[in-house]
Amino acid sequence: MKEYTITIFSENDIGLLNEVTIVFSRRKINIESLTVSESEVKGVSRYTIVAFVADNRIENVVRQLEKIIGVFKALYFEADQIVHQEVALFKIANSTKLNGNLENLVRTRNAKILSVNPDFLVIEKVGYKADNQELFNELEQYGVLQFARSGRVAVSCQKREFTSYLKELTN
Amino acid sequence: METATKTENIERMKYTTEKNISGAEIMVRSLIQEGVDNMFGYIGGAIMPVYDALYDYQDELKHFMSRHEQGAMHSAQAYARISKKVGVCFTTSGPGATNVITGLADAYLDSTPLVVITGQVGSGLLGTDAFQETNIVGVSMPVTKWNYQITRADEIAEIMAKAFYIARSGRPGPVLIDITKNAQILKADYHYKKCEGIRSYQPMPKLNKTEIEAAAALINSAKKPLLLAGQGILLSGAEDELLEFVEKTQVPVACTLLGLSAFPTNHPLYVGMLGMHGNYAPNMNTNECDVLIAVGMRFDDRVTGDTSKYARQAKIIHIDIDRSEHNKNIVVDVPVLADAKDALKALNKVVSGEYRTAWMKSFKDYYQIEFDKVIKKQAYAKSDQINMAEVIRILSEQTKGEAVLCTDVGQHQMTSARYYGFKRPNTQITSGGLGTMGFGLPAAIGAQVGDRNATVVSVSGDGGFQMTLQELAVIKQYHLPVKAILLNNSFLGMVRQWQDLFFDQRFSNTQLENPDFVKIVEGYGIQAKRVSSRDDLETAIQEMLDSPEAYFLEVVVETESNVLPMIAPGAAVSDMRLE
Repeated sequence: MKEYTITIFSENDIGLLNEVTIVFSRRKINIESLTVSESEVKGVSRYTIVAFVADNRIENVVRQLEKIIGVFKALYFEADQIVHQEVALFKIANSTKLNGNLENLVRTRNAKILSVNPDFLVIEKVGYKADNQELFNELEQYGVLQFARSGRVAVSCQKREFTSYLKELTN
Repeated sequence: METATKTENIERMKYTTEKNISGAEIMVRSLIQEGVDNMFGYIGGAIMPVYDALYDYQDELKHFMSRHEQGAMHSAQAYARISKKVGVCFTTSGPGATNVITGLADAYLDSTPLVVITGQVGSGLLGTDAFQETNIVGVSMPVTKWNYQITRADEIAEIMAKAFYIARSGRPGPVLIDITKNAQILKADYHYKKCEGIRSYQPMPKLNKTEIEAAAALINSAKKPLLLAGQGILLSGAEDELLEFVEKTQVPVACTLLGLSAFPTNHPLYVGMLGMHGNYAPNMNTNECDVLIAVGMRFDDRVTGDTSKYARQAKIIHIDIDRSEHNKNIVVDVPVLADAKDALKALNKVVSGEYRTAWMKSFKDYYQIEFDKVIKKQAYAKSDQINMAEVIRILSEQTKGEAVLCTDVGQHQMTSARYYGFKRPNTQITSGGLGTMGFGLPAAIGAQVGDRNATVVSVSGDGGFQMTLQELAVIKQYHLPVKAILLNNSFLGMVRQWQDLFFDQRFSNTQLENPDFVKIVEGYGIQAKRVSSRDDLETAIQEMLDSPEAYFLEVVVETESNVLPMIAPGAAVSDMRLE
């Protein structure tokens, strides 16, 4: 089993997300993270899915995803073939405990304070999953009220871009 | 008055544009535009407006009312396979819709083009657990090629065009369209335009020259080639191209279960059926050949046995229209992404070969072994009781291999596949991938509707027959001259066989105390006869075939006979056992 990042381009239609996840669930593959939103082409959704899949099965999974009517293209990548990040938001109780320590931490960790309220602060960090986890561990001493992280978003290093696939499909 | 309405209707149905008509009327007109003339289904609350619209088109759109939605589905499947059209099935919401799931799963695995229309509660009630509301789009998603819920009358024409296009193009498959009651009742402007393409769907791959060249090079240098013909040949109508290919290359041909009838069984280069209960020669030689040419088949586990011991010595060419089938079960050397007909046409320009005497002799030798150890004993049995194999052999002889055989699932199915000498394309209709018991009888209804002149014979076992025997009423009501053979061994024969071979003869729940089938069938008003002696068998079959009407023949057969040869589950194809 290896961690793969799967990118899918599809129509923005009701039910397609369900079709996509069925391909994973019928093979008992758990989805570690999933992000869906509009791509560089209007009306076309981009999915970024992280999952552990056996080396000799990943190709089959991707072909089955591509077979779904509404899916334009499905691609898979290993870690060194993509540039990826996730966003994390931390809600922390605003108390005297912070005493300026927080600002230092936020600066050294490349995070930023997004919002300040009488009762709480919201810190945002963009980074790898492990970096965001590390910041969470350090913030815990101040009392983390909420910790929300996005799924992975990734762009590939490959030369061919989606718009060229789309052009080929619509010609 | 009635004639006026009729003429008016015939005139109107040609229109592709009309202002302000009901959704139900749009639905019916869409079917006519797609060339539909026969349909199957079961009426109910949520689909009543469409059935009401059908009332005015009874001559143009013939609807066969089943006695259970599963029956309607199997009829539609067989109709599609024999007529090469899209099969159409209507049901109501809730239980009507959930009853089509088995048929959808069957059609999906066996690549059968269907458009199934299910009624749905009004769109305002969606998600409220209304009476007979089921989320059928969600339920059917894993077993359909595409599905969609229509909630407005103005989207019907466009969605129906898309549904038919998806069902029939590329690798065919079932499409489910769920239509809410309000969409059937409300009015909209009708404009029909056939679907010619969908940007996210590429059904017909362009032939890749490099792939064809690579395949041709392997074929032309092969010393011991073997061609595996699947249903893809029949679906793409490539029977003539296959014959030309085989005669040019002198490559022996084996068929998969669903590929049967794609190649004449009496051709000198035909070497038999593949798979668990196929013929000895093609299975054994799968692990002897040097080039394996798979056309329109998908290396199902019932064909391959243990994949780690499957044709390891051979270079494999896999021609398939579905890219996800390449390297799915068997890793191949030359995948060719193409429609079978296109690929064979291209190959026929560049391939050749001589008759390979020693290689062909090995098939004949294996056949002789199979004949001596199995065929002679079963198809020409001398035991007290009748063997299934002799029934099929006699049926094959009496119909000259020209009948359409609709089989159920189990021992009789494998026996029919083994002993019927198919000569015409699309004459075997069976449930292959899903293995649906109860498929045969309703399938025969659909096949007879699809070809009124054909001799259609359903062959069932006593288990499967009882799963859909209510469809006998359809045979009677519509005067269909279907011939139904029941091979009664008072057991779930195939399961009993596995218990015999792999479960220490612990016959758990496989012995059946059966009803008087002749009485039941007579109760439906169909002529019926039972035969249990070999002396009466030939005459009984002849009498059945001679009958101009529907006819049911129960043959009491050996209770504890096994279908042989057999590749045990998990064994290699070359470990096929003869006894």
